[in-house]
Amino acid sequence: MRDVIIVGAGPGGSSVAKELALRGYDVALYEKRQEIGAPKRCGEGLSSSSIERLNLKIPRHCIRENIKGAIVYAPNGKSVEISFDRVVGHILERKMFDKWMAEEAARAGAFVRAKTYIKELLFENGKVCGVRGTFEGEEFEERARVVVGADGVESKIGKMAGLKIRSNPQLMDSGYQYEMANVDLEHRGYLELYFGNSIAPRGYVWIFPKGKDVANVGIGIAGDHDRPAKSYLDDWITTKPGIRKGSILEVNAGGIPVGGFLKNMVTDNFLLVGDAAHQVNPIHGGGIAESITAGRIAASVIDEALQKGDTSARTLDKYNKVWWKERGEKLRKIEKLREVVEEMDDETLNFLASELSGRDLMEFTRGNRLGKLAKILMKKPGLVLLARKLL
Amino acid sequence: MGGSWKIDRERCLRCGACVSVCPADALELTEQGIFWIKERCTFCGICAKMCPAGAIEVKR
Repeated sequence: MRDVIIVGAGPGGSSVAKELALRGYDVALYEKRQEIGAPKRCGEGLSSSSIERLNLKIPRHCIRENIKGAIVYAPNGKSVEISFDRVVGHILERKMFDKWMAEEAARAGAFVRAKTYIKELLFENGKVCGVRGTFEGEEFEERARVVVGADGVESKIGKMAGLKIRSNPQLMDSGYQYEMANVDLEHRGYLELYFGNSIAPRGYVWIFPKGKDVANVGIGIAGDHDRPAKSYLDDWITTKPGIRKGSILEVNAGGIPVGGFLKNMVTDNFLLVGDAAHQVNPIHGGGIAESITAGRIAASVIDEALQKGDTSARTLDKYNKVWWKERGEKLRKIEKLREVVEEMDDETLNFLASELSGRDLMEFTRGNRLGKLAKILMKKPGLVLLARKLL
Repeated sequence: MGGSWKIDRERCLRCGACVSVCPADALELTEQGIFWIKERCTFCGICAKMCPAGAIEVKR
C-alpha cells in the first residue's frame, strides 16, 4: 500500500510527487507516454515572475531562449511593443523541463515510471483506494491512501472519480503548432502575437522564439469552429515568407482549457491537479506555473490529511478552498477578460492597439488594470456593454 | 441514433482534445491512439470541431 499514487508526470504531477516524497511519504508517479515531456502540447513559455514566485532552479539545458518582451499585432498590422531592459521570461524545452521535474521527484524519493498506463481507479465501499494499470503488457493493481489525477486535458481518472470535469467546447481552445527551424525572426528574444478574427477567430497566432532561427509557430482558436486550427495556421504561414521557408521539426496539437474552473476538485481519497482541473491562465493559455502552484497546494493538503489519518473529501476540501483563494479568484477575473476579448471585432482590436501601451497589455494578462481597459472601451458608445462585463 | 465516426490516423496527433469535450465519454486516449466507443457515441460532432488537426469526420 502506497501513501500516494499520482497519475501523469507533467509539471503538476511531478510537483505533487516531489513535495510529498520530500516529506517522507511512499509516492509513485506514473506516466502513460514512453517518454516524459514528449510530445509536448505547449508553446513552452514561462515568465520570470512565475519562476521567482515558485522559486524554481531551472537548469540551463531546459531553457532555449531568454525573453525580453513581446510584440502584439492588431488585425490592421499596427503593433504594440512590450519591452523590458531585462529578461522577463523564458522559452523552455519542455522535453527537458518535464524530465527535470520528474528527476527531482525521483531524487526526492518518489518511484517514477514512464510507459505505465493507468486504466482504472479501484474503489472500496464507493471510495477511491488505488489504481489498475498496465506496464509492459502486464496488468497490475496498486492500492494507495490518496490518488492524484494529473493526467492532462483528457483526464480519464477525474471522470472515473465522479468529478464533473468534462469541458464545454466553448471553454476549450483548439491549438496547433509547428516547431520550425531556419525561420527569419525579426525580433530575437521577443514573443510575437497576431490577432484578428480572420487570422485566428477568438484567439491568436504566436511565434515563440527558441533561438535565433528556431521558433514555436502556433495558433489557438475557439474549439467550436467548423474549420480546424491547423488550416488557419497553414493559411497564415503562407502569408509570411520568412516563416514559410522554414522547416518543420515537430508538429504539436492540443486542447487548451481557457476557463470553467472546477468548484470542486476532490472526492474521498482523490484530487485533481493541472490541465485535468482546467488550471490554465485563460488569456494566454499558459499552464506550467498554474500546475506547479496547484501541485504544491495539493501536496501540503495531502500531507496534513495523511498526518491526521483522514483523507476524506471533507479534509481534502481544503485544497479547493486554498486554490480558489490563491489562484481561482484571479483566474476567474482573467476568464472574464477573455470573454470580453472574444467578443471584440477587428475594428475594436485595432482601436485598442492604438489606445493601449505594452505595459497595460502585460498587466491585463495577469488580471490587473482591468478597470483601465473598461474605461477605454467606454469611450466608444458601441462598446459600453462590453466594458460593463469587466466591472 | 445513428451515424458514422471516422478518424484519419495519419492526421491524428493523439493530443486528446477530442476526449476532453466529448459529452458522452465515448472517446479515450490510449497509447495506441484515440479509442472510439461506438455504443456511447451520439454523433454530435463536437469532437470533430475541436480536433486541431481536422482528423475526425462525423456524420449523422
